[in-house]
Parts: sequence; structure tokens; C-alpha cells
Amino acid sequence: MNLHQIIAGTACIAALLVTPVIHAMTPEQKGLEIAKEADRRDTGFVDSTARLTMELRNKQGDTSMREVRVKTLEVTGDGDKGLSIFDQPADIKGTAFLTYSHSVKPDEQWLYLPALKRVKRISSKNKSGPFMGSEFAYEDISSQEVDKYTYKYLRNETLNGIDCFVVYRYPSYEHSGYTRSVAWINKQEYRPEKIVFYDRKNSLLKTLTYSDYKQYLGKFWRADKMFMQNHQTGKSTLLSWFDYRFKTGLNDRDFNRNSLKRAK
Amino acid sequence: MKPSVLTLTGLCLWATSANALEFSGNAQLEERYFFHDPLAVNSEQHNNYTSVALEPELYHSWDNDNQSFTFTPYARLDQYDDQRTHADIHELLWQRVFDNFEIKLGISKVFWGVTESQHLVDVINQTDSVEDVDGEDKLGQPMLSISMARDWGVLDVFILPGFRERTFAGVEGRPRTYPVVDTNLAQYQSSDKQQHVDYAFRLLNYLADWEVGLSYFDGTSREPIFLPGTNNGQPVLIPYYSQMRQIGIDAQATTEDWLWKLEIIDRNWAAKDFVALTTGFEYTFVGIHDSDADLGLVMEYLYDSRDQQYLTSFFQNDIMLGLRLTLNDEQSTEALLGVIQDLEASERFLSLEASRRLGNNWKLELEARLFASDQTDSLVYGLRKDDFIQLGLGYYF
Repeated sequence: MNLHQIIAGTACIAALLVTPVIHAMTPEQKGLEIAKEADRRDTGFVDSTARLTMELRNKQGDTSMREVRVKTLEVTGDGDKGLSIFDQPADIKGTAFLTYSHSVKPDEQWLYLPALKRVKRISSKNKSGPFMGSEFAYEDISSQEVDKYTYKYLRNETLNGIDCFVVYRYPSYEHSGYTRSVAWINKQEYRPEKIVFYDRKNSLLKTLTYSDYKQYLGKFWRADKMFMQNHQTGKSTLLSWFDYRFKTGLNDRDFNRNSLKRAK
Repeated sequence: MKPSVLTLTGLCLWATSANALEFSGNAQLEERYFFHDPLAVNSEQHNNYTSVALEPELYHSWDNDNQSFTFTPYARLDQYDDQRTHADIHELLWQRVFDNFEIKLGISKVFWGVTESQHLVDVINQTDSVEDVDGEDKLGQPMLSISMARDWGVLDVFILPGFRERTFAGVEGRPRTYPVVDTNLAQYQSSDKQQHVDYAFRLLNYLADWEVGLSYFDGTSREPIFLPGTNNGQPVLIPYYSQMRQIGIDAQATTEDWLWKLEIIDRNWAAKDFVALTTGFEYTFVGIHDSDADLGLVMEYLYDSRDQQYLTSFFQNDIMLGLRLTLNDEQSTEALLGVIQDLEASERFLSLEASRRLGNNWKLELEARLFASDQTDSLVYGLRKDDFIQLGLGYYF
């Protein structure tokens, strides 16, 4: 047997052993296993860059646009590092936002204000606050680590013809704006198709729908469109991602105070 | 610093010849209204001032973003004040990033510090005080700087050739001191005057939730001492720029709920030593009343061991209270209200700043500054009739 066959064989035996175990799992264990598998499948992208536009729409249908460039550095064993540079609206052009996210301990965040050339270390308490006035909260766009939630598997369901796991997620960090969210996870690809958020009073708040998924490097799925509908205010935000690039050679030096200051 | 037109044109041509040049900037229209008639001694002043300002920016990067060029000129026209009508180069900078360090050469701005009420350790750039009384507006400073960022922090070293004089309101300008500051009579301790070469460094360390900066500056003080004098028989204040050596420490501890801040300086200047500090905290209430709005509470204590005779700092022993309201709405509406109260004397400074975006390119700004003092030997005393409110409309492109 060559190495591939050994691995394949072992995997089959493991699958046979694991399958009955999954059935014996509690809903909490199964929810966690799904989250771990999704995380495992998204591990190894090393770094990425992308452009993001946000279309904010109010109840009356008026829209305004945001443009952001996003750089991400994968950090093994901890949350990712992220740098967001704002291009539009013009009055905040050059403003940049640096995040070192962590699983459970609070994220570290810095803001660069170009008019004053000032770097401010800011508190990460405002997780529930709107990101750039949009319907996405900071906690929706931050690095999704397994330990940030506890889970409960609910059922299997077909969503728009896609077989999904339906899983409850309960935030395990402080200051979340949600009591829970319900995620529809694609059974085949372990990527989210839809997430429904419930506010602190456990009332239906928002629905996030992922669409136009593309696969990069033959492995990593990224949705080109993420649509967030706020059911309480009637407002919505459409995120559109462009120019995704992976393994671009970014390193720690692209995610420090100096890189924040020269991010244009 | 006035680089020749030829140099500028050359740089621009060279920059345009490569890849796309990014052009952005803003234009401002502002109206100031003063509540009181001027003091009898300042009869040249007015109650309404209209002013416009323009700040375009050219930016170009190449070499995989490892090199960049920035040119940011600035100009303001004021209806009455010939000193507030002024131009500056905020940036004319070449920057190059290497693996382990980066270099900046040209004219630029640098900010040091953490506190909100005043910026003691921030001494690289001269204050453009005709722009506003809060000291946040700066003039471009010629510099060569090398910066090294590591896991433990950042080391910055600066060589600063060329000194910029502080701007002061002219005879018709407002708010201003009485007597008026006559910048044409400026004096220097160093015989090199504006040609004195200064140097400075700052070491910033990360220690868990703490960020601590240690800075040193040796050169011409950006802050002048005022000497009484006359010009054409009229009393004036003469700015005197002494040499200074300053050690500064700035520190911030960041927890989820609190920001704890400290700035302390020990400055040797004008043959004397003095110590000054600002320390306090910022606490933010997130999502007040189940809304998206945040309310920040800022409290700072301000101390300065200098006595009033130098007519310099306002803040010998003062407390600052601030409220920062951020609506987190689509228009980025925010407001900052601050009061600085002298703990020993009946002296107070009140400031309000509010802004809101209109559409995608416009921004409306409201500002109010109120001064109260019965201390005849204080700089604020001269401003006691200069309370004003300002409405600004900015176009960003």
C-alpha cells in the first residue's frame, strides 16, 4: 500500500468509527463539531486581500456607498489580524482600522485618523455597534473563531435546494448584541448560507444571506455577496467583495502601527 | 518652508509619469459669529468672519507600495484677518519601506500622545493656531525620519532641519490676545534662528494592555514665551523661541471598558525646568437607551508647574470634563462637549464640536468656544469677549 492508500484506508476506518459517535453526540457536541469542521476547512489560506463595497439602504430606499480595502493575515492558534482601509465616503478616506482578534479574550483594535496623523488604541467593547453606519455590527465582520460561541445542532434542512445543518450559536464573549443566532451551514462545503440574528431581548433582528460563492486555491469558499436585512428597522446593507487574492506574501509587518499609518 | 515652484513641478511631473496619481482633498467654507462686541482696546475686530480653505492631496505609490509620494498643500482665505489668510505645505513627502525599517524624507506631520484636553508630548510640529484655538491644527515640518516597528513596539528617530514659527491672529483677527502677537518681531535664543537643526526620538513599547511611549526632543521650542514690546508705539507681544530639551512619557492602558491615560513632560527651557502632566480616563457607554449611539465620558486632570509670568499654558491646575456622543449612524453624526475648569481661579474654557455627513461628499460642522476668566494676568482674560460659534460646510473629493 502506498501512503495515499494508507491515509484513505485510515480515513475510512475513522469515518466508520466516528459516524456512530456523531449519532451518539449531544446536540451541543454536534454543533461544536460542525463549527470545528468549518474552521478546519478554512485553515491554511495564510493571507488574503480584497476590496469591499457596502451599499446602505434605508427604509425609504435611499442608498449610500462605502468602499473599503481589507487585508487579512491568518494567525494559527489565535484570531486573525485584519487591516481595513476606508476609501469612501471621501471625508473618511485614509482612515484605517487594525484588529488583532482573539478567541475569547477581547480583540485589540487601533484606529488611524489621517487628518490628525493620530493612531488611537480603542476599546473593543462596542461589538454590537454598527460598522460604518451599516447593518453589519463589528461582531458580524470580525474573525469568526470556534471559541467565540457555544453551539447547539438543531436539525437538517434544505435551504434553496442546498442540504444544510441548522445550528444555534450563543456568543461566549461579553457585550454581544445577540442572545443567539441560527446558522444554516452547507452540509457539503461547511460554509454558512444564511444566519438569523436575535437581539438581546431574543426578538428577531436581522437575516444575513450569503450568495455567489467562489472557491479559491481549490479549497477556500468566499461569498461575493453578503446581504443583511434588519427586520426591526427595515434597513439593509449589501456587501460586495471584489479582487480576492490569497497567499499574497503579507506578514506581521503589514499589520502594525506603522503599516496602519501608511495605509492609503 | 517654501520649496521652489520648479522643484514642485518637477516632482509632480515625475510622479504623474509613472502609474495613476490619486487626487483627493477637501474645501471648506466657514462662518464665525462672535457673541460680544470686541474689547475697547481691540476695536479693529469684527463680529462676523467668513473664511474659505482648500486642502488638495496628490498621492502616488509604486514599487509594490513600498515607496510613496504625497503632496498636500493648504491655503486659507479670511475675510478680515491677514494673518489667518495663509498657506502651508502640510505634506511633501517621500516614504520608503524596507524589510526592517522605513524612511520618510520631506515635509510631514507627526502625532505623539494619548490625551484629549491638551497634547504635551506632541512637539514635532508647530501649531497653526490661527486655524483654531484647540491646538490640533499643525504646520508641516521638514524632517528626515527613520522608523523601526517590531513586536515589542516602535522606535522613531527624527532629524528636523528648519523651524516653523507659530501663527497668531492679526490685528483684525479674532479670537486673540491683547496686545496682539507681532510675529515679525520673533526672537530666538539660538543664533541659528530658524535654521537650527533639532532632533528627537520616541520609543513606543507594548506591554500587554499598556502602550508606553518615551520621547526626547532637543531643539527650538515650538511654544514661544511672550515678551512685552512695542511696534510703532503700540504695545505688542513678542514671541521668543528658546531652546529646549524635553523628556516625555505618554501611556495608555486599554481595557474593554476603560481607557486610562497619562502624559507627563519634563522640559528644560529658558534656563529653567518645569514639569507638566495630563492624566485621566475615558469610559464609554455602548448602545445607550437600546440605540446604536455611544456616549463617552472623558475626565482629565491638567497640571503645569510654570507660573503665569511666561503667559504660556492656560492649565496650571485644571480639570477637564468631556462628553462624546457618537450616533454610529449612516451620516457619522458625532459631538464632543468639553469644559476645562481652573481649580484655583475663576477661569473656564468650554468647547463644543459636532459634525454630520450630508450625502456622500459633504460634511456639516458646528463648533463653539467660550472663554471665561477674571484673572487679569492670564491669557484667557484677553479672550473673555471672544466667545464664538462657527458653522462650517466641507466638500470632500
